Amino acid sequence: MADVLERVTKIVVDRLNVEEAEVKLEASFKDDLGADSLDVVELVMELEDEFGMEISDDDAEKLSTVGDAVNYIKSTM
Amino acid sequence: MLLEGKYALVTGASRGIGKEIALELARQGAHVAVNYAGSEAKANEVVEEIQALGRDAFAIQCDVANSDSVTAMVKSVTERFPRIDIMVNNAGITRDNLLMRMKESEWDDVINTNLKGVFLCTKAVTRPMMKQRSGRIINIASIVGVSGNAGQANYVAAKAGVIGLTKTVAKELASRGITVNAVAPGFITSDMTETLTDEIQSAMLSQIPLSRFGDPKDVAGVVTFLASEASAYMTGQTLHVDGGMVM
Repeated sequence: MADVLERVTKIVVDRLNVEEAEVKLEASFKDDLGADSLDVVELVMELEDEFGMEISDDDAEKLSTVGDAVNYIKSTM
Repeated sequence: MLLEGKYALVTGASRGIGKEIALELARQGAHVAVNYAGSEAKANEVVEEIQALGRDAFAIQCDVANSDSVTAMVKSVTERFPRIDIMVNNAGITRDNLLMRMKESEWDDVINTNLKGVFLCTKAVTRPMMKQRSGRIINIASIVGVSGNAGQANYVAAKAGVIGLTKTVAKELASRGITVNAVAPGFITSDMTETLTDEIQSAMLSQIPLSRFGDPKDVAGVVTFLASEASAYMTGQTLHVDGGMVM
């Protein structure tokens, strides 16, 4: 299984049209990667599909950086 | 045909306007999931009529006011159909009464089915539509949601709410290729209007410039237009299908 960060990075690059180098753990989806609210909703949807999990709306709201997403996914595995 | 190969979900499609919408979408080439709340036998008749046209169709029970039920319905539809191109929020009820006599339960029932139901169904289909980067959501409002109507405070509030919801969701989803429009029927002959007295019916007729009551087909035609490519540049609109009653 590929590394969680690698898989998350690939989705973020595809979805937000950013360079792989920009996708750092501390990067904020909205502030650093140019995502709007709807982009974040879509990103969460894709993460759910990629990792075969359901992320509740409450939890999804707390995912503001790449690191948040990676840690959240790891914590549920 | 305007909707060849499209996949649609129509709520409240076992009778009245919803039935005619489901049939007309199918005549235009769409495959249709026929939602019903209680009338299973009637829903199955609609399904058979659609299948006779050579389209895929199935009946699916769901109380649109119940979020678990709505989630389960949309899940079943996405399992059965490869996509959901068209969502028609048509399910509705009436509990008419003068405001002074309206029970809280009459208010709640109508708001829950007619307004919250549209919210829940729209939210549920948004996910597959966002992934598809396309979709048509068509909400059946009512002309009384624009004009007001004595004896229908609950229904009017819900339908006016649907019109506002339509505009907002249209703005939220426009960037993802999803259009959201509403149709506001006037006096359309259906099970729901047959309970009105002759006196009320003739009073209403006098207010209709085209001087006839509408037929469910009149509404279905406009819904088909909104579901088709012909309306690609429209979103957030409410089309009045009322013989000119409210301009």
